[in-house]
Amino acid sequence: MLWGVVQFPGSCDERDALHACELSGGEARLIWHEERDLSNVDAVVVPGGFSYGDYLRAGAIARFSPAMEAVAEFAAAGGPVLGICNGFQVLCETGLLPGALLLNESMRFVCRQVELQVAGFSPQEWGQSFNLPGETLSIPAKHGEGRYWAPEEMLDSLEANGQVAFRYAPGQNPNGSARDIAGVRNEAGNVLGLMPHPEHAVDAMTGSTDGLKVFEAVAGSAA
Amino acid sequence: MTKARVLIRPKEGILDPQGKAVERALPALGFEGIEHVRVGRMVELEADDPARIPELCEKLLANPLIEDFEIESIDGG
Repeated sequence: MLWGVVQFPGSCDERDALHACELSGGEARLIWHEERDLSNVDAVVVPGGFSYGDYLRAGAIARFSPAMEAVAEFAAAGGPVLGICNGFQVLCETGLLPGALLLNESMRFVCRQVELQVAGFSPQEWGQSFNLPGETLSIPAKHGEGRYWAPEEMLDSLEANGQVAFRYAPGQNPNGSARDIAGVRNEAGNVLGLMPHPEHAVDAMTGSTDGLKVFEAVAGSAA
Repeated sequence: MTKARVLIRPKEGILDPQGKAVERALPALGFEGIEHVRVGRMVELEADDPARIPELCEKLLANPLIEDFEIESIDGG
């Protein structure tokens, strides 16, 4: 299993993502934003940070990078893609995921541990780690623009299709996201994005290893 | 070259926390009776081919899911 972790100028969580990919079993390599070659890569992570300075809108410019063109082709062919925080914003801007991430309701950068409820996965699609809908994961969130938003009809259809992948546990929504949504996937199920950072929750030393389950689930879907 | 100004604003119905914060600050400065403050973005540019400006607005300057935009041409620089 080979993971590719995309690195834009301004990415800052790609090293933790590499580490998490390796801990979940497999090898991982960085994919520089100018690179188009994803051959031999089994799964892609678009990590957190501030790609291209997040000028204009978070994720707006990263969308046009050669690496993201390659990721879009990879996703269209059914390859698993995991977008975390800025990576989630990039995937929404690219149109690989529905909706958008807006300025936090509080206008403040939030940095705290949040409880996430897992929803919308079936074991066939996402491996054994997520065969308990409603399981709660403890994962840190750190972002200024994480308020998930989509038109009401789109939110209804996401829920009906099982595309809402993670919700903040009751009372824990840190940013005003619509319907407490913390993460969504595409209609085909192979592209997943979330605002909290599973790659920062992979070692008991820092309080939680729940993030590994997300990487294991994506790895399971690549098999 | 055609000079143009693109005004980008959050769509109606989408919470705009920046607008709300500005609105809440105004009474403290003695500006009563101001409502519905919305904060957007303004981009000035010069284009060889102004016919292409709408396309670049759709693709980059605005996210059409969450933002509306208007293009104004600026005459006489």
